[in-house]
Amino acid sequence: MPAANIQVSETPLVLYALRRADDALILGHRLSEWCGHAPMMEEDMALSNIALDLIGQARELYSYAAKAEGKDNDEDKLAYLRDVRQYRNLLLVEQPNGDFAQTLVRQFFYSAFADLYWRAMMTSRDATLAAIAAKSEKESAYHLRHASEWIIRLGDGTDESHQRAQAAIDHLWPFTGEMFAVDEGERALIHAGFAVDPGTLRGCWLTTLSDVVSEATLTLPQNDWMQQGGRAGRHSEHLGHLLSELQSMQRTFPGQTW
Amino acid sequence: MVTVLDHDSELRRRAWDAAASVVDPEIPVLTIADLGVLRDVVLDGDQVEVAITPTYSGCPAMNMIALEIEVALERAGFREPKVRTVLSPAWTTDWMSEEGRRKLHAYGIAPPQSSRSRRALFGEQAVTCPQCGSGNTEVLSEFGSTSCKALWRCKTCREPFDYFKCH
Repeated sequence: MPAANIQVSETPLVLYALRRADDALILGHRLSEWCGHAPMMEEDMALSNIALDLIGQARELYSYAAKAEGKDNDEDKLAYLRDVRQYRNLLLVEQPNGDFAQTLVRQFFYSAFADLYWRAMMTSRDATLAAIAAKSEKESAYHLRHASEWIIRLGDGTDESHQRAQAAIDHLWPFTGEMFAVDEGERALIHAGFAVDPGTLRGCWLTTLSDVVSEATLTLPQNDWMQQGGRAGRHSEHLGHLLSELQSMQRTFPGQTW
Repeated sequence: MVTVLDHDSELRRRAWDAAASVVDPEIPVLTIADLGVLRDVVLDGDQVEVAITPTYSGCPAMNMIALEIEVALERAGFREPKVRTVLSPAWTTDWMSEEGRRKLHAYGIAPPQSSRSRRALFGEQAVTCPQCGSGNTEVLSEFGSTSCKALWRCKTCREPFDYFKCH
């Protein structure tokens, strides 16, 4: 008998934590798919290490969400026993790895944001969120440095690496707008000093991107049309496939432990 | 009253020493006290609670370290010790003891530079080869065999080596 979905009482604070936890878990899982397949051993280790950091951040955020909800859910149930529509991550992080350029551009867009976002969150009125932010900020800064160096190397490399990096930027660009959007519930948390308004970080984020992208001899798209839906549980078809792998053990053998 | 205080501080010292003797499973020359992972030991009667902090969020050694602390404390005569993970303040390589840095170097891992500021994280790094002492080194990979290490190479003696990342 496969395990059924859990129900989560999504107060604004629980939803807030779930969204960030889901971002970290899904991106961490995507990166872990490279383990044993990366173009060179150093990158195999790098992507697996970044995955580990992200999954560590996800665990802290899920534990926080479970505590904020105050029911009998825990980090494992939140990760393994929610279905696609209950996941609240950005569409960006669930996009398939594609080629190496696409993986690194996705990482670059996300890390440039996460670095700014967690640094700003260190002033949260909530002590636990501020502590998670302080930990995540340092890790994100390191991830950003790694991704930035690759964007420059790929863009300013061979004709083929340049073309692939540019194609990845153009393809993933419409998924970046969602990082800066907030809904009403989150707006209230921002006013109360628990969260920060990601919209205020977009200027800085664009500056980071422009600096790296121009050094890489690449260009950022001019189009402003952005795809949204992940934060509300409306996902691309890719997430379901990812979850079927991520959750298969707990769905098949409910409550199984190591 | 004085006797009781002495008894408590003696007990706490014993608990601290027991916890501090636990080594990092990935870098067995370093104890968790050398690393700065051991944050606090609190006594409530005979009940001990140890606070540890992760080096990196996803560090898989944390569960192992927590288990080993419990075993070490039970061996030292403390019943049902508790281990708590704290995130704040966030761990930094600046907490690594001088003794820890010396042990790392002797083990063949270049110890971390002082982090001080974000600038150090992005700025030029000067890492000395733990094998031959040459400063003529280059980074091979920003990420190494564990979360806390990067992979470097010495251009003088040609040996690759681990560098404990500055954080």
